[in-house]
Amino acid sequence: MKWVSAADCGLALCEVCGRVENAAEHACCSRCHAPLHRRKPRSIERSWALLLAAYVLYLPANLLPIMETRSLFGVQRDTILSGVAFLWNSGSWALALIVFVASVVVPLLKLLSLSLILVSVQQRNVQARQCARLYRLLEVIGRWSMLDVYVVAVLVALVQAQSLATIAAGPGVLAFGAVVVLSMMATMAFDPRLIWDAASTHEPVEMNRESKRTTKT
Amino acid sequence: MSARLTVCHECDALLQEVPQAEGGGNAICPRCGAGLYRLGPDKLQVLLALSLSALILLLLSNLFPVVGLNIQGHQVETTVFGAAGQLWRDDMPVVAGLLLATTVLIPLIEMLALAWMLLPLCLGRRPPAFVLLFRGLRLAQPWAMVEVFILGVLVSLVKLSHLADVLPGTAIWCFGALMLVLAVLSSLLDHRVLWRAWEAAR
Repeated sequence: MKWVSAADCGLALCEVCGRVENAAEHACCSRCHAPLHRRKPRSIERSWALLLAAYVLYLPANLLPIMETRSLFGVQRDTILSGVAFLWNSGSWALALIVFVASVVVPLLKLLSLSLILVSVQQRNVQARQCARLYRLLEVIGRWSMLDVYVVAVLVALVQAQSLATIAAGPGVLAFGAVVVLSMMATMAFDPRLIWDAASTHEPVEMNRESKRTTKT
Repeated sequence: MSARLTVCHECDALLQEVPQAEGGGNAICPRCGAGLYRLGPDKLQVLLALSLSALILLLLSNLFPVVGLNIQGHQVETTVFGAAGQLWRDDMPVVAGLLLATTVLIPLIEMLALAWMLLPLCLGRRPPAFVLLFRGLRLAQPWAMVEVFILGVLVSLVKLSHLADVLPGTAIWCFGALMLVLAVLSSLLDHRVLWRAWEAAR
């Protein structure tokens, strides 16, 4: 199927309010005054920069302790993986699985799949539908990696001097939070329209068609 | 340009707009499958009611303790602010800020902005600073993580349950309700609804 892109017709979609404007006539949206771009400026460079920073921090996030438990028996330092192992051994295997997926698998898969999208867009060798679906998935699941930061925050607040043990946040939390924020920012910096630009360079042009209507069931 | 044309925000395909019909459903881009906009009548009043109840729930969930611990008769409780304060004292100001921002500040700003915009729009007037608030709303949206926070609280409850008796606080129920309200709100809220109302108002 062939599609006309708005950029080919000199049109630009306002990223803030969704108004369709003539890109040649307006530098800013006439309704909400946001600057108009046909594509997000420097999208690939910014996305790569944020992504590389996230890769760098992924190591300390998983290797440094996220939590330090001090008790009469000494200091115990927990990394993310040892936290998962603890949950698994104590019998809550469902929860262990959720934490493992949310804080180990998802961040790594996010970084890898965004790299895959970026590389294939740059190589102009794109399976557009799959890439678009992957990108949408990234936007949805990104936030769930924040889980471990919240767990540490609650534990730290509850287990304090009154009890036999105290829990303090370790440096891993900072790195982990940074990985989550940076990879979310990298996903936002990327412009998904580039996927379709890369895929349609050899596609001839046909007139637009009506958008499909689907009804919720 | 003609009002009948629309552009997919994910693949830039030029499309003809589906007329706003009765009943629900979403328009989906036929090229890339991205959700484009909601179909059906605008429900400004419903949106306003939801955003006001979200504000009330947000207030309650920050006033009351989220979880408590009973360690040998000694009771400890914490609110979101308490947790952030403890992180701050532990020399983790960035993490404390991240916690406060994603669970309190950003949802609060989002709901205040929404209520501020919807109240005059329901009365057929254009709210002051609409454009500014709308842009703020778009920026804030991905960073509100109430539902992730709830899961985090549940995980930490399980982790502590071997240490002491855990007592789910009032706020965890408020957070749960807030999560539901926010989910309904985001499924109903379409940016086109706000702009349509803005253009119709004076």
